[in-house]
Amino acid sequence: MLARIQLSDDEVTQLTGQLDAIVDNIAKVSEVATPDIAATSHPIAMHNVFREDVVGQTLTTAQALQNAPDADGDRFRVTAILGEEQ
Amino acid sequence: MSEIIRWTAAELGAKLAAGEVSSVEATQAHLDRIAAVDGDVHAFLHVNEHALDAAAEIDRRRAAGEQLGELAGVPLAIKDVLVTTDQPSTSGSRILEGYRSPFDATVVARSRAAGLVGIGKTNMDEFAMGSSTEHSAYGPTHNPWDLDRIPGGSGGGSAAAVAAFEAPLALGSDTGGSIRQPAHVTGTVGIKPTYGGVSRYGAIALASSLDQVGPVSRTVLDAGLLHDVIGGHDPKDSTSLPEAWPSFAAAAREGATGQVLQGLKVGVIKELPDSGFQSGVASSFHAALKLMEAQGAEIVEISAPHFEYGVAAYYLILPAEASSNLAKFDSVRFGLRVTPDGGGTVEDVMSLTREVGFGPEVKRRIILGTYALSAGYYDAYYGSAQKVRTLIQQDFDAAFAQVDVIATPSAPTTAFKLGEKIGDPLQMYLNDLTTIPANLAGVPGISVPSGLAEEDGLPVGIQFLAPAREDARLYRVGAALETLLVDAWGGPLLDRAPILGGNR
Repeated sequence: MLARIQLSDDEVTQLTGQLDAIVDNIAKVSEVATPDIAATSHPIAMHNVFREDVVGQTLTTAQALQNAPDADGDRFRVTAILGEEQ
Repeated sequence: MSEIIRWTAAELGAKLAAGEVSSVEATQAHLDRIAAVDGDVHAFLHVNEHALDAAAEIDRRRAAGEQLGELAGVPLAIKDVLVTTDQPSTSGSRILEGYRSPFDATVVARSRAAGLVGIGKTNMDEFAMGSSTEHSAYGPTHNPWDLDRIPGGSGGGSAAAVAAFEAPLALGSDTGGSIRQPAHVTGTVGIKPTYGGVSRYGAIALASSLDQVGPVSRTVLDAGLLHDVIGGHDPKDSTSLPEAWPSFAAAAREGATGQVLQGLKVGVIKELPDSGFQSGVASSFHAALKLMEAQGAEIVEISAPHFEYGVAAYYLILPAEASSNLAKFDSVRFGLRVTPDGGGTVEDVMSLTREVGFGPEVKRRIILGTYALSAGYYDAYYGSAQKVRTLIQQDFDAAFAQVDVIATPSAPTTAFKLGEKIGDPLQMYLNDLTTIPANLAGVPGISVPSGLAEEDGLPVGIQFLAPAREDARLYRVGAALETLLVDAWGGPLLDRAPILGGNR
């Protein structure tokens, strides 16, 4: 559900088996991940990067829309946000 | 076949500078080669129709007396994960078919500024997820050594392009081995720089804490020349390291003298015994170490007890980050949009678009990633994987207190047959056993050809790893071993690759 991918019944069957095997295998990380060990999110220690709050190089509207599946000239166009039951 | 395509990038650059050949001639020779062999190899997803114009412009600037860099006028293949303004960029996915970036990736812009001629975009596993290019939405690349075998992945297209003499140089990206493992199976050279050493701006992100862009080539010196062009700080990438780097080409040239091997301490990992490798891979590895030992290197056994957890940690961290990075393919701003019959909400359109636009491996990893990050599982999976990352870094720290570099075979086996592992994702994942720890720890790694496996005659690579920021050490050591091996072989390993296309 979180992945936002519609799946066919066949795909669900196949993925369930594969993901079970993968999850069984990767669950072994918890064997060595004891509470005393710190987590590393990033391979090289880095600090947040700041810059002056000035307008930099940005895309034009035309550039931003050039790859859009649908647009009205100034904005992206999408289908209904809410369904009827909502 | 034109002799131009056999030259290294360094040789071609020197002949261009001396006026012995023009960039138009060199570019045309490579375009002819692509036309002759790429029907069989399928290294390219797109061939740049503007390449000759770019080459002519370099020739014009040179004729006007402009001082150009060492690689000006040399053709360059570009992995399709890197966005380009003059060519489409798909990252091997159907969901980005026909996408045209409004900006160039920094490495592409820097290559362009240095006068390199972008000759085409290379094939890859979709969004760089895979070890064989079989997960490309546009069909697999074939290994120039045996067209029935995989060229490695995800950057199989870039490696096959340089191995098949379709380009002297290529750009790659390495998240868990995607530069080094293809180098191993194609008899070429590939480097994953230190994390942050090369800008990731404009590299379509797979796993942001692991991805690194790097050079793909036939020689260590050529890789160094390209690394010098693309490397260094980029304000557009907030993970880019600010410090200045030494010249990697200079390091390769220094390494070729062989003096670096005198007294060099080379660590060999106790927990990676020969039994984990195909016998020809293990014997090629040991033969290379013997050669280094004969030149004064000292082989030291080291322990890296947590490397065996690397693959597991990687397949939690990567899918978690990828599921987040790939959320941008939502059918709204760019890429494919597929609307259900009779319409539907944005959410329905998004789900159907992603069902149609993503291949099976991408779906597997996104679902795995959202699962690993979900409430209730986060600590057990993602949190534990991050701790394994700490343990692997500590293993590296302890090892590098004893040795200058670590050596491993670059991958467990030589190139396997197309189709052989596609149905078993777990087996496919184990291909990256020796390359993944470097990505988890951010340290640099190089794969250099070490020979052919005796049982199947296919290429084998040796991987060297160095501490973070010590990329130059890898160029010195890699070039030293390369020089010894090429002397022993009487010529480059690729001289022994089979003839392609009938006109070589």
